[in-house]
Amino acid sequence: MSAQNVITTPPLEPAHEIPGGAGSGKPAGPGRAGRGSRSAKETLRLGNILTTLVLSVGAIVMIAPLAWTFSTSLKTKDGVFELPPQWIPDPFVWENYARIWTAGPLLSGIQNSLIVACSVTIVGSLTSALAAFAFAKMRMPFKNVLFLGLLSGLMIPFPTLMIPQFTIFASIGWVDTLLPLIVPGLFGNIIMIFFLRQFLNSIPDSIVEAARIDGASYLQIFWTLILPAIRPALAAQFILWFMAMWNDYLAPIIYLNSPGTQTLQLVIANFNAQYAIQTDYPLIMAASFVALLPVLIVFVVFQRQIIESIALSGSKG
Amino acid sequence: MTTTITRRSRLHRKEQRAALAFVAIPVIGFLLFTLFPLLFSVYASFTNWNGISAPVFKGLDNYTKMFGDRYFLQSLWNTLYMMIGIPIGLVISLGLALAMNRKMRGTTFFRTVYYLPVISSIAAVAILWQWAFNGDFGLINQGLALVGIDGPNWLQDTATVKPALIIMAIWKGLGYSMLLYLAALQSVPRYLYEAAALDGATAWQQFRHITIPMVRPVTFFLIVTSIIGGSQIFVEINIMTPTGGPEFQSASIVWYIWQKAFDNLQMGYASAMSVVLGLLVFVITFIQFRLNRRNQFSID
Repeated sequence: MSAQNVITTPPLEPAHEIPGGAGSGKPAGPGRAGRGSRSAKETLRLGNILTTLVLSVGAIVMIAPLAWTFSTSLKTKDGVFELPPQWIPDPFVWENYARIWTAGPLLSGIQNSLIVACSVTIVGSLTSALAAFAFAKMRMPFKNVLFLGLLSGLMIPFPTLMIPQFTIFASIGWVDTLLPLIVPGLFGNIIMIFFLRQFLNSIPDSIVEAARIDGASYLQIFWTLILPAIRPALAAQFILWFMAMWNDYLAPIIYLNSPGTQTLQLVIANFNAQYAIQTDYPLIMAASFVALLPVLIVFVVFQRQIIESIALSGSKG
Repeated sequence: MTTTITRRSRLHRKEQRAALAFVAIPVIGFLLFTLFPLLFSVYASFTNWNGISAPVFKGLDNYTKMFGDRYFLQSLWNTLYMMIGIPIGLVISLGLALAMNRKMRGTTFFRTVYYLPVISSIAAVAILWQWAFNGDFGLINQGLALVGIDGPNWLQDTATVKPALIIMAIWKGLGYSMLLYLAALQSVPRYLYEAAALDGATAWQQFRHITIPMVRPVTFFLIVTSIIGGSQIFVEINIMTPTGGPEFQSASIVWYIWQKAFDNLQMGYASAMSVVLGLLVFVITFIQFRLNRRNQFSID
C-alpha cells in the first residue's frame, strides 16, 4: 500500500493547491484581508454578521422549493389548497409515501434507473480508465489525432445525434428496452478519459517502465498500479457521471414507451401529468421527493470530493 | 520511416498493440454513436424522411422551409430570450462567491445548501417548480401575497411563462457558477490585494481591477457553457409546459426538434433543425477554444 501512496501523493498536492484552501474543507481565501489591520477587526466582525445574514436569506430562498415539496408531500389532498398555506402539514399524511408505490411503476422505475446508471458507470469507467492509461502512458501511432478526434465529439450536442441514433436502435429492435441507454455508455465517456489522462500525466512514467522491466503485462500494470493511483479522480468522475445518468431525461423519453421499462425520471414526469388532473399534488410531490432523495444523499455524503472535482474541472475548462 | 518501424523492438510493437486495444473501445463508440449519427443527420437534413421509409433527397428544401416556419423562428427566439438569465445568474453567483470567500463560520454549510438544486434531477425540479408557479396555491404567489401582490398564473400567461422558466433556471444553476467563482477567488494571490491596499485602493477599486480580471477565465467558461446548455433547454419545457406554453411562448429549439421528429415523424426536417443547432454549438465552442488560448489569466 505504501508504494501506491507514493504514487497518489504527487498528483494530489497540486490539485489541492488550485482551489486554494478547499482541500482543508474550509475556504481560507484572502477576501478583503488586505484592507485593514487591527482597527478594522470590529468592521470585519460586523461584515461577517451581515454576510451571514444575507447568505441565510439566500439559503432560505434556495431551500424553500425543496422544503415546500416535502411539506406538500405530507398533506392531505385538500390540505394543499388551504389558505393561508400550511408549512407544517396538519395532519401528517405519511401514508402518501405508501400510496406512491401502487399509484405508478415507481419501483420498476428505480430498478430501471439503477440498472442503467450502474451498468454504464461501472463498465464505462473501466473502459475510460483503460483508454486514459493508453493515452497518457503508452506509445502508439496517431495517439494525438485519436485523442483530439474523441475530444471533438464533445462539441456535438446530443439533440443533433438523437434522430439517427434512434433509427439505428429502432432498426435492431431495441426501442422500448434499456439497451439504447446502456450500450453507448459502455464504450466510455470522453470527459472522463480527458480528466483521467490529465491526472495520469502528473504520475511519473518511470513507474510504468519499472513494472515493464519486472515483466508485468499492461493489463497487470493497469490493475495494480494505475487503477489505485487514479482512484480519487476516478471516484469523483464516477459520482458525477452516475448522477448525470440517474437524472437523464431526454434519452429515456425518446426510447421508452411502456410503463415497465421507464426510468425513474420518466415515471415521476408521468405521475405529474396523470395526477395533476386529479389534483393529487401530495402524491406527485411524494414521488418527486423519492426521486430526489438518492442523489441528495450521495451528494451530502461525498460532498467534499464532488465539490472539489467540479471546482477543478471548471477551472481547467 | 519504414526502416525505423521495422527496427523497432518486439517489446515496442507489443506496447502499441496493447495501447490500440485500450483506446479501441471508446474510438469504436465514437464512430458508432457520434460520427456516424452526425454524418447521417447532415445527410437526412437534405431529405424528406419519416424515419420508416427511405429518405427522399430534397436538396436545401428543409433549410429554406425552416426560416419561413413561424414555429421554428418562435422557438429559436424563445431559446435565445431565456438566455437573459445567464448574466443575471453570473452576477448573483459572483456576489455569493465573494460572500463565501470570507473567513467565517458556516461557509461549508451555505455552499452545500446553494449547491443542492444543481445536483437535483431536472425532472423533479421542473415538477416542483410547476407546482410552485401554480396561480392560486403555488409557493411563489403565496409569497407575493404576503407583500400584497396578486401574482399571475405564471405558466399560463404569455407575459410570464418565460420569466418563470428563467427564474427556475437561475435557481438551479446558481450553485455551480458560485462554486467555480469561489475556486477562482481562492486562487487569486493575496499579495495583489495587499499591494493595492498599500497603494490606497478602495474596496471597490480592488474588486474592479483585481477580482474581476482574475476571475475572467471562469466568467468566460461559464458564459460559454451556459450558452451551450441553454441552447439545449428541453426537460423543463417538456414537463412544465407540455404543449409549448401559451401561444407557443416557451417552446425551445430542442423541444420543437423533438416534437417534429418523434410526434410528427418529420425526421428530415427535424434533422435539418438539429444540424443548425449543432452548428450553433460548434461555433460557440470553437470561439471558446480560440479565445481561451489567447487568455492571459489562467488558473493553473
